[in-house]
Amino acid sequence: MDSFRDKIVPVSVIVAAILVVWYVAAIFMNAPYQRELNARAHVTPDLGAFIGQTWAQRKPTLPAPHQIAENFFKNTFLVKITSRRSLVYNSWVTLSSTMAGFASGTLLGILIAVGIVHVPVLDRSLMPWIIASQTIPILAIAPMVVVVFAAIGITGLIPKALISTYLSFFPVAVGMVKGLRSPDILHLDLMHTYNASKVQAFWKLRVPASMPFLFTSMKVAVAASLVGAIVAELPTGAVAGIGAKLLAGSYYSQTIDMWSALVAGSVVAVLLVATVGVVGRFVELRMGARP
Amino acid sequence: MNVSAAAASANDVGRGAATMSSGQTVVSARGLSLVFDTNDGPVNALADIDLDVGKGEFVSFIGPSGCGKTTFLRVIADLEKPTAGTISVNGMTPQQAREKRAYGYVFQAAGLFPWRTIERNVTLPLEIMGYSRAERAERLHRTLELVNLTGFEKKFPWQLSGGMQQRASIARALAFDADLLLMDEPFGALDEIVRDHLNSQLLELWARTTKTICFVTHSIPEAVYLSTKIVVMSPRPGRVTDVIQSTLPKERPLDIRETPEFLEIAHRVRDGLRAGHSYED
Ligand SMILES: Nc1ncnc2c1ncn2[C@@H]1O[C@H](COP(=O)(O)OP(=O)(O)OP(=O)(O)O)[C@@H](O)[C@H]1O
Ligand SMILES: [Mg+2]
Repeated sequence: MDSFRDKIVPVSVIVAAILVVWYVAAIFMNAPYQRELNARAHVTPDLGAFIGQTWAQRKPTLPAPHQIAENFFKNTFLVKITSRRSLVYNSWVTLSSTMAGFASGTLLGILIAVGIVHVPVLDRSLMPWIIASQTIPILAIAPMVVVVFAAIGITGLIPKALISTYLSFFPVAVGMVKGLRSPDILHLDLMHTYNASKVQAFWKLRVPASMPFLFTSMKVAVAASLVGAIVAELPTGAVAGIGAKLLAGSYYSQTIDMWSALVAGSVVAVLLVATVGVVGRFVELRMGARP
Repeated sequence: MNVSAAAASANDVGRGAATMSSGQTVVSARGLSLVFDTNDGPVNALADIDLDVGKGEFVSFIGPSGCGKTTFLRVIADLEKPTAGTISVNGMTPQQAREKRAYGYVFQAAGLFPWRTIERNVTLPLEIMGYSRAERAERLHRTLELVNLTGFEKKFPWQLSGGMQQRASIARALAFDADLLLMDEPFGALDEIVRDHLNSQLLELWARTTKTICFVTHSIPEAVYLSTKIVVMSPRPGRVTDVIQSTLPKERPLDIRETPEFLEIAHRVRDGLRAGHSYED
């Protein structure tokens, strides 16, 4: 736990600095609107009171951290989980399509990698297409997919998960191609001296050798999946999800709601990446890594 | 590795006779050449090699770096294809011999799978060759005992010293009872003391089994100490310059290296290395 204690001071210093900058920025960004309000109401508060006002607007340009924290806390813990306002509910909606997309993206990525590593024709033909697919901006493809699916009556999780799949298969495919090709020549020669079949070499050598690559790329993929799910919630004006909260917040200038939805998104992202990290570490330890 | 001297020598006599008289050949190369096509032009790794390795022999290959020792071993193991000449292993092509799992190969680096315990590293070839679980356990026990690693079954490679890892890799090559053992500088990276120890263990093991061993080394004393036959090679192109039949007895305590007979053979190896316009190791 030494490393934790070593980190706690620098981390809190940075956090404190960010909070100070944020509060100061909030004063300046919210001041013009506050002055307008005060002029209309014919009040002239002193400086202290004015600053207090800029930190307590209902629809501030830049909400103060405590406003976001308050909103986040209320919508996470005080509101019923089944409520439309609940961040837990909205996060769950996004999380479920993220995980569905991540699972199928990972699977697809692995299958593509296995194909590329074992079939020379695929190696030459597939890779350019995969790379090209990633040059299409997600903001262009997301509305198309969502709208097309909606037209044939499929809404909700599936189109969103599809976008997540689209974003997450790529890092996994690239990582796994590298991973499956990572065994030493020495180890491959060894399998050859045993007259091992391709299938045996795959399961006993290539797959275990690729595990570190898999988990590294899965961390990237799971974050990409979340982005995909959130972006997919934007174009349709989806009814629920972190993306939907962001969109609704921007329609009604509910900046505090938007920020707390962002915080929720970050929390989900951290949880997802950390989960993949923990599972990866567990697998590594099972496979004899030095603790 | 404690086997009674009596048992070992009885074994020796039986095998010794077979080796000398019937002379069953395990490896036979005729006019064997191998040219690597590289970007800098062709490399003559092996040129016109004629060599026989008899059953039960312990043959060392010695020569300066780049003279084709590894390449020759790899040709026997069907890891490299010769470009001219013929080679047979147990009377078959190297590929057929490999498919019959005729040999165990010990590489210069231990090459254990880092994600497998010692136990599962040693049983890897057995898994691949479809041995039953009971058979695997039995062979694991036997081979670990042979290389003095009993008790380290559950350890991962990184928990073992370099010498222990190398012994584990030898156990892995022994586990499936191939009659031919190909060893490419297996002790090259180890210190003198550990090397001496493993050398005498290897000799004991060879004396107890009826294996044929092809052993690559850079060390003259190691070659003389271990071998019944020493093949001296020279580079560019890789040729055999001398084949020395050892006159040392089967029973070889470590201090045999002090005897005049030993030194005489060592001298001849050294001369052979010099004659090949090579530097000494
Ligand atoms: N795969 C390869 N492609 C091209 N050239 C090779 C290849 N393998 C070996 N060679 C060349 O063949 C020659 C013999 O190599 P080899 O590895 O058999 O030597 P060696 O006697 O084992 O040397 P060392 O004692 O250093 O291990 C060298 O000149 C080497 O550069
Ligand atoms: Mg070599």
